[in-house]
Amino acid sequence: MKKTVLMAALLAVAAAAGAAVLKTDPARTSVSAVFKQMNVPIESKFKKHSIVIDYNAAAPDSSRATVEIDTASLDLGDAEMNREVAKKEWFNSAQFPKATFVSSAIKSAGAGKLNVSGKLTIKGKVADVSFPITVKADGAKQVFEGALPIRRLAFNIGEGEWKDTGMVADEVTIKFHVVSQ
Amino acid sequence: MERYTKPAVLMHWLIAVLIIAAFTLGLVMTDIPGLTPTKLKYYSWHKWMGITILALAALRLLWRLTTRPPAFPASMSQTQVKAAEAGHWLLYALMFAVPLSGYLYTTAAGVPVVYFGLFQIPSLFEASPALKEAFKPVHYWLNMLLAAVVAGHVLAALKHQFIDKDGLLKRMLP
Repeated sequence: MKKTVLMAALLAVAAAAGAAVLKTDPARTSVSAVFKQMNVPIESKFKKHSIVIDYNAAAPDSSRATVEIDTASLDLGDAEMNREVAKKEWFNSAQFPKATFVSSAIKSAGAGKLNVSGKLTIKGKVADVSFPITVKADGAKQVFEGALPIRRLAFNIGEGEWKDTGMVADEVTIKFHVVSQ
Repeated sequence: MERYTKPAVLMHWLIAVLIIAAFTLGLVMTDIPGLTPTKLKYYSWHKWMGITILALAALRLLWRLTTRPPAFPASMSQTQVKAAEAGHWLLYALMFAVPLSGYLYTTAAGVPVVYFGLFQIPSLFEASPALKEAFKPVHYWLNMLLAAVVAGHVLAALKHQFIDKDGLLKRMLP
């Protein structure tokens, strides 16, 4: 009973704030990993992702975001390489099929700018991250864009001989461009 | 007998060694299964060699166009001279075509070449999976053609040395 009341209250607050869960358009949304391999810049896209953004342009601070990425969907442009990065030394996709981000706070940082904080989970490792994003309206659609720099070794991405950062740099930027439907 | 100039001799052997090394490495690296640091290293080295060959080939072509090479021995027939000239120009064409096709292939794959890990060679077009698939056999078969022409080049040199005994080989020895 208490829960129902709480839920109703929350819904009322949400309705008052005017927050709306945006459906994202997977075809126009892209999430990619940008990194350097022997100093060669590479950008590879994750082909499968599910992104839910509860966004209210009038009250951005009440927004929430949940991101799920299929780790085995990273496309390095070569079928054999794609199978390799799903293996244990890299993403271990059999045991950790999804990388996730769940926001804990979204704060307005000026016109069209938001600061997002939350928990990033990759390969079973959780980290608190915070990064700036931009948001702009494209007709009835909302476009969110940003980049989150991480260190792959903090998430055990690349074990054993792949820990050598001279081969694959530790710094990886997760770039995203999210378009609502 | 008139010899090739010192710069011509130096560039000939330097390019010969680099072509054999890059060709062999190309076969070895594509044969390594899966993904290993060694494989990635070999790919980078292969590309650095290719860029080096391309640069040396450009220098060498300039030298060849501005410096008269020694004349063929009088004992060679007109047909042999024509065949030798055609073979040499084909080698020149392939010294450019093979590394260029490699550049096109890796650029289409979205993996630019960073020469010695220091200087990024500009990508002249966007990465494209379709172009990548198209350039792959082009790079492979140009290499096989180069291997065949080099084999012919070596056999011809050996024929001059051991059958014709005309001392032609000395003109290019260091």
